[in-house]
Amino acid sequence: MSSNTPNKIAQRARQATTDSPRAAERASGEPSAAGRLAVRKTYKLYIGGAFPRSESGRSYPVYATRGGELLAWAALASRKDARDAVVAARTGVSKWSSATAYNRGQVLYRVGEMIEGRAAQFADEVVAAEGVSAAAARRTVAAVIDRWVWYAGWADKVAQVAGASNPVAGPYFNFSVPEPTGVVAVLAPAESSLLGLVSVVAPAIVTGNAAVIVASESRPLPAITLSEVLATSDVPGGVVNILTGRTAELAPVLAGHFDVNAIDLTGGPAGARADLERLAASNVKRVFCSDEDWAATPEPRRMLAFLETKTVWHPVGI
Amino acid sequence: MADDAVDSAVRQRRAGAARGAGTRPARRPAAEPGSGTSSALSSERGWEYAPAPESREIVSIASEYGLFVNGEFEPAKKGRTFPTINPATEEPLAKVALAGQADVDRAVAAARAAYEQVWGPMPGSERAKYLYRIARILQERSREFAVLESIDNGKPIKETRDVDIPLAAAHFFYYAGWADKLEYAGFGPQPRPLGVAGQVIPWNFPLLMAAWKLAPALAAGNTCVLKPAETTPLSALLLAEVCQQAELPPGVVNVLTGAGETGAAVVAHPSVNKVAFTGSTEVGIAIAEAIAGSGKKLTLELGGKAANVVFDDAPVDQAIEGIVNGIFFNQGHVCCAGSRLLVQESVADHVVDRLRQRLATLRLGDPLDKNTDIGAINSRQQLDKITELSSAGEAEGAHRWSPPCELPQKGFWFAPTVFTGVSQSHRIAREEIFGPVLSVLTFRTPEEAVTKANNTPYGLSAGVWTEKGSRILWMAQKMRAGVVWANTYNRFDPASPFGGYRESGFGREGGRHGLAAYLDV
Repeated sequence: MSSNTPNKIAQRARQATTDSPRAAERASGEPSAAGRLAVRKTYKLYIGGAFPRSESGRSYPVYATRGGELLAWAALASRKDARDAVVAARTGVSKWSSATAYNRGQVLYRVGEMIEGRAAQFADEVVAAEGVSAAAARRTVAAVIDRWVWYAGWADKVAQVAGASNPVAGPYFNFSVPEPTGVVAVLAPAESSLLGLVSVVAPAIVTGNAAVIVASESRPLPAITLSEVLATSDVPGGVVNILTGRTAELAPVLAGHFDVNAIDLTGGPAGARADLERLAASNVKRVFCSDEDWAATPEPRRMLAFLETKTVWHPVGI
Repeated sequence: MADDAVDSAVRQRRAGAARGAGTRPARRPAAEPGSGTSSALSSERGWEYAPAPESREIVSIASEYGLFVNGEFEPAKKGRTFPTINPATEEPLAKVALAGQADVDRAVAAARAAYEQVWGPMPGSERAKYLYRIARILQERSREFAVLESIDNGKPIKETRDVDIPLAAAHFFYYAGWADKLEYAGFGPQPRPLGVAGQVIPWNFPLLMAAWKLAPALAAGNTCVLKPAETTPLSALLLAEVCQQAELPPGVVNVLTGAGETGAAVVAHPSVNKVAFTGSTEVGIAIAEAIAGSGKKLTLELGGKAANVVFDDAPVDQAIEGIVNGIFFNQGHVCCAGSRLLVQESVADHVVDRLRQRLATLRLGDPLDKNTDIGAINSRQQLDKITELSSAGEAEGAHRWSPPCELPQKGFWFAPTVFTGVSQSHRIAREEIFGPVLSVLTFRTPEEAVTKANNTPYGLSAGVWTEKGSRILWMAQKMRAGVVWANTYNRFDPASPFGGYRESGFGREGGRHGLAAYLDV
């Protein structure tokens, strides 16, 4: 991709960096003292619990929404990276779905604790990514933490809400339980770089699925910072995999991938929904798409979209 | 239900060989020497069954049927028709209207008007009473439906009488009660219907599948355009008459008979809000592709290749009945059929011996004979497919076995067939045969059983046979399937959610879960 980038853009990037030293501060999340050169962060992919660069070696410049200065060069994930992420997610499913619901709830709650601890850093990232005021960013991060904790609490409750004991007309004990569908591909919302992101990631994984996330194309940096939280939490590697890059390039790979069980098209490129749904049909993927007001109180339906219902029968007798 | 089929067969197993009465005698394969039938009652040729045919008199089949649109039967706009035949005799039964695009337009418009003017605004408690009426009429006319379904489909009267029709009525009865209780179904305080539902159903359980589709859709407040299968249109048309008798408002249910193109036109119609399909994975994928990006809500109930896992501590008598019921119920024309038998190696020979003895007692023949266990294959096309896949089984090196079994001269028939020595790569272990063909594989450890059971892109159902409770629950957790039958098989109930994992489709039919497919949730 960088080869495709017009020289003009690269020039503008260099220009922006020199013109605005604050860009580096924002990217690193730390103000630099005068006379000291900030140590910038390299934003990489998050696959299988590790932080690789794109296998393609490509990257792309990420600019601040307001001011337009260069924030960082993010990894430009390739189709191969997407396939690798699916392999990692498949590994993640077995570990994560066999954990107890109570355990998943605790692990995710701890992720909430860790976001809280890095709230200032996330707020800076949101300011840079979305161009909002610092106060608005702090409110967003507070909402992010609350959203995450809300979903974490669902881990050991969703089966009681979505499951059932069924009164069949015969001498059988019959019950239905929800189970994770497996690997869920998620096209994260394009605008809401952090609150939108957690609002689609948390419901996909809390029930035991593993996810391959395509972060917001133009605002990907908060997603990578979130992956740093996940990497140091007890969420097993492979449960959440985050790709940065061109959504239009990665989405068809995931939609057509035979080892992906479901796809959330919420952040899909405009006008691509029909094509992606057609690709998703190839292995009968579950398709979900619902752009929402991310600040509003969520409902359980995003979790339910990625659950299967298993019904078990056994005779009753002596 | 299906148990009755098995039970009556068990009661008869000491009786003997083929009998010759009637135009299409039910035939019991001659017992093999030393097959274990009781010596006191066995004779060289076994004991003869007296014919026990159910009378056809109760059913009057018209020579021609129209489409059911806006509460009236009418011919297709272009006047096209197609024949429906009795697959047991190949005798033509009736000419049925073939709906084209203009008919689909009319039916969808009628459904839309009924949704907006009548059915949508109607209080749930009133909708409920219509559904209760339909359930009651189905019960009252159940014998008629049972005979008609057997004639048009080829399945034994024992199964239509004891399974298809009572379950269809039970579905209407069950969902009738939901119509005025939707706010308590767990989908929010005011769950909304979707609008017009386009529903395409298969030929293996024609009336039952119509009930599975219509009852929850109507209870939730939608109106329906139903497309029955090409080879089995008659029971859906009789159900349309029941709708008239229940005084269901015109347009709430429309029945369009036809072939694949008719179904394709129904699901693609821009004024259809919801598409529900039961049938092959291939067609399901084509439908999903066809409506991609349209925003229509979709549920699919597709194919399967279920594993029926028998452990060494399983109760063998019950397991044998479950295996037989699992794959030979309804001639194996069951998406959730237990078509892959996984037997623990230490008991494999014993189980297969017992299975062969049992199969030798099954009676194949006249579907209207009350003693018949195995009826006709539904169509020549399906018979060809079963024949082709079974030949592939032999060609790939599996060992083929059928009990001695005389097939009637006319009609579409296939003897119950068991393949042993099957490997996972064989086509008969991977592809849905949708016929009375069982593939037997073996395993040593529970982990191996799970791996083999899940080694399929499908995930509709699974069976497990063991006396160990913890192992049942472990297997039930590990097997990736929407329905797990433990120490039983092929049970169905309107209160029990049914549907697949993976390429067996998505969405559930039955129970509270079945409502979600027809509500804006």
